[in-house]
Formats: sequence, C-alpha cells, structure tokens
Amino acid sequence: MIWVDTIVQGVLLGGLYALFAAGLSLVFGIMRLVNLAHGDLIVMGAYLILVLVTALGLGPFLAALVAAPVMFLIGWSLQKFVLNRTLGEDILPPLLVTFGLSIVLQNVLLEGFSADSQRISAGALETASLALGPVNVGVMPLMTFASAVLVIVALNQIFYRTAIGRAFRATSDDAVTASLMGIRPGRVFATATGIAMVVVTIAALYLGVRANFDPSIGPARLIYAFEAVIIGGLGSLWGTLAGGIIIGVAQTVGAAINPEWQILAGHVAFLVVLLLRPRGLFPRGSD
Amino acid sequence: MSLLETHGLTAFYGDFQALFGVDIRLERGETVAIIGANGAGKTTLMRSIAGVLRNAPGMIRHDGAEVGALPADTVMKRGIAMVPEGRRLFPSLSVEENLVIGGQHKGGRDFGDRLDAMLGRGAATLAAHAHGSGYWTLETVYALFPILEERKDNPGTALSGGQQQMVAIGRALMSNPEVLLCDEISLGLAPVVIKDIYAALPKIKESGASVIVVEQDIGQALKVADRVYCMMEGRVTLEGRPGEIGREAIHEAYFGAKAQ
Repeated sequence: MIWVDTIVQGVLLGGLYALFAAGLSLVFGIMRLVNLAHGDLIVMGAYLILVLVTALGLGPFLAALVAAPVMFLIGWSLQKFVLNRTLGEDILPPLLVTFGLSIVLQNVLLEGFSADSQRISAGALETASLALGPVNVGVMPLMTFASAVLVIVALNQIFYRTAIGRAFRATSDDAVTASLMGIRPGRVFATATGIAMVVVTIAALYLGVRANFDPSIGPARLIYAFEAVIIGGLGSLWGTLAGGIIIGVAQTVGAAINPEWQILAGHVAFLVVLLLRPRGLFPRGSD
Repeated sequence: MSLLETHGLTAFYGDFQALFGVDIRLERGETVAIIGANGAGKTTLMRSIAGVLRNAPGMIRHDGAEVGALPADTVMKRGIAMVPEGRRLFPSLSVEENLVIGGQHKGGRDFGDRLDAMLGRGAATLAAHAHGSGYWTLETVYALFPILEERKDNPGTALSGGQQQMVAIGRALMSNPEVLLCDEISLGLAPVVIKDIYAALPKIKESGASVIVVEQDIGQALKVADRVYCMMEGRVTLEGRPGEIGREAIHEAYFGAKAQ
C-alpha cells in the first residue's frame, strides 16, 4: 500500500511541476522564446501574493485573484517593451536578456524581502486531508493537481477555440504572413506572455502555500519546469502535464527508496526520457 | 485620384536595390496585371505595397493618403489584402480557420487598436474607411470554391496546390478588401487548375475589389487585365492596354532584347 501512496503523492506533486511549466510551454510554443527568468517570476508572484495577504489581510486565494491581473500587466509590458526587442533570427539575445532579468529579479527581491524564507499561510486547509480508498491525500496537493488540469484545459481551449488562439498559432507558424492578416505579432506575443503570467500566479500560489520560499529558489523551479516541458515534447500542453507527473513520481519514488535520492531521481528520469525519446513524448508534428 | 498609386518607389534588401523608381497606379474597379521575368521586382513591389517592406510614406498612396511607411497589419486594415507568393497557409490551422483568420482582425476592433485610438495614434491611418462591400463571408467564399467546404476541417497544408491557392485567395477575400494583390497565383499549378482559379476573378471584381495580379504567364495576364505593366530589373519597362501593345514591345520589355 505504501507504494500506491507514494505514486499518488508523486502524481499530485507533478501537478505543481506542470503549473510551473505551463507558462513556459505556452511562451515557447508561440514565440520560441526560452524565458530563463520564469522561475524567478514565479517567486516574484509568490511575494506579490504574500504582500497582499499580509498587508490587506486577504485570504491566499483571493490574493491570487487580485494578483493575477497585475501579473498579466507585468507580463504584457515585459514582452512589449523588453522581450519583443530581443526576438529575431538569433536565439542568443532572448537568452541573455532573460538570464539578466533573472539576476535582477533575485536581487530586487533580496533587497525588498531579505533572504529569510517566507510562507503563505492557508490556515487549516494546509493540513486537511481526504481518505480516497486505501490512501490519504492532502486537500492542498489535490487542489494543486486539479488546478494544473484546469489550467491545461483552459489553455487548450484558448489555443484551439478562440480568435486570439488562432492568432497565436498563425503568428507562431509565420509572423510575416500573420501580419498580412491584420495581426501585429508584437501585440500577440505581449498577450501570450500576459496569459503565461496569469498561469505563473496560480503556480506561485501553490508554491508559496506548499513550502517555504526565498528570493534564491527561482532557478531550481525553472529546471523542473524545463524538464517537464522537454519530457512532454515542445509545444504540447498535455505533454507538459505528463512531464510534470513523470518528474513528480520519480522524485517521490526516489525519496521513498532513499531520501537523498529525491531530486536526483527526477533528473535521472528526465535524462532517461531524453535518451529514449529525444523529442519528448508528444512533440508537435511540424516543429 | 487613383485608388492606389506608387511614386518613384524604391526598395532595398540590405545593400541590394530591388526597385528603381517604380510608378504604377490602380483605378477603382480595374484589374491591372504586372508581368516580368524572375527577379524583375514584381514580388518586391507587392511586398512594398502590402507593408511587409517599409518605404518612405509618400512613395505609396491609397485614396490619396500616404501609406508607404505603414506596417502590414495597418495596410491590411485599410482594405489592401494580399495573396502572397507561395500561398503561405498556416499549417497549424484548418482550412476553415485559415479563412476565418483572414477576416477576424479587420475593422480595428481589437484591444491594441483601441489603445492606439485612445492614445491618438493611428487614428488617421486606420480610417473610418470604405470597408469594402461586406460581401465576403465563409458562405460566399465556399460558394466561390465549393471544394473548400468539403475539406474545411483538414489542415490547410493537406490540400492539393490548387486547393491551397483557393484557400489563400479566400483568406484574403475574407477581409472584404478594396484592393486585392495576387502574387503569382498560377505558379506551379496545372493549366486546368489555373483556369479554375482565374474563373473566380469576375466574381471577385463584382464584389467591389480592384485587383493587381502578378503573373509570369503573359497570355494569362493579357486575358484578364484592363491594363498591363511589364517590369524588368526593378523598373517598369512597358505600360499599356492588352489590345494596344504588340508582341514585339512586350518581348523587348520582358527580356530587354528585340524579338528575333
């Protein structure tokens, strides 16, 4: 029974990693931009929620709801005024700029909030659990996983059922021809990054409630997010969820064997998938 | 005042000059053909008009307004749509989505346009303009090319070349353009397919669009056009009405040598 429990906990943890990765996957899928500051943006989102919780006395979920539009605007502006200028034939400028942004964000957060680790409190919800058949699952991890599935469903709906989703796909296919359709690629990219930052806010909420965070933990979240995106296959949102789950299960199984192996097992699983399926599990056909 | 004119239009790719002072005009209701060999500058001319290549403002005028420096999306919203060379359908979109996206951004109603209008930018260029006839919708495009309705859920790129060209034309029509630019729409297609494609032209004109077709096939161009321009090495070398210009003149303008 202990193994069933381990795997269930791993799947639920995978939901958190999928949330970390969904925004990264969206942005990469649309504009081939690898955002190295993604993890730090998640941490920034967690601090924003923390400030709203402590300063205004809001509950964490309400605070995230307030933070989401703010984060959308931050993402929109970041793309429009900074990242759009780095896009082009050369893939190096966006990497350099987002790498720099990552360092700037870490130091601004360090300056503003010190290196002490913080936590967003969700009250009794943090320890609540449900008995599901043979295993007990925490309500928080369950909500995290459900949110991840909802986010992926919502992003897929936006991508494949709406006018802006058509514009996303068309611009990703061929930006020049998209401009002949009346689309301004820079605006489409700004909207995409804005949406990615809403997803980042949701990831930040669960990151901050689940465990302590401090200004330096962003890059490690970025690694998990990257691994989830690459395991799933570039450009596939459902693949990203699968990738998150694989890392989550590998980590909990590794930790069950030997607690020292938790992080290592996740990375090993990533390398194994990369060896067997270099393009990931569900690569998007034409790329 | 012509519907569309170019004045001394020049265009460059880096240090390479592709157009050397091109003057053409398109009157309302006209079909103009531009002929010329490979590398004559026909596609560069189309890309300049469509805004893919930016020029000095006064080099291109639409309804008298200077549009040479406008970006492609703004040019399109003014009512100038292009069927690009090589069709360029969006592989991630189905046939129907390829058509829909051609019209969904017309009219300047999206958030960015509103923001521009609020900030007082682009208001003059976006024109409370003649937005074409409004004739073209999914239904009328499917009536024009019935095969597309049967294949509407296929990916655009799963179709035959001729059908893809129909999608590309339908996509441009969905914005109900005042000016339709068709760049090499017969390139790489079988003669019988080319005939099908050109059979749509009368209906397109009837809907109120004025048309510029770029063609390497001189016979086809002379058949459909009210006026013809011939280009060679980035310059217009001949202009005239199909009935009035002789074979030798065309040959000379096309190849730069007298016919033997």
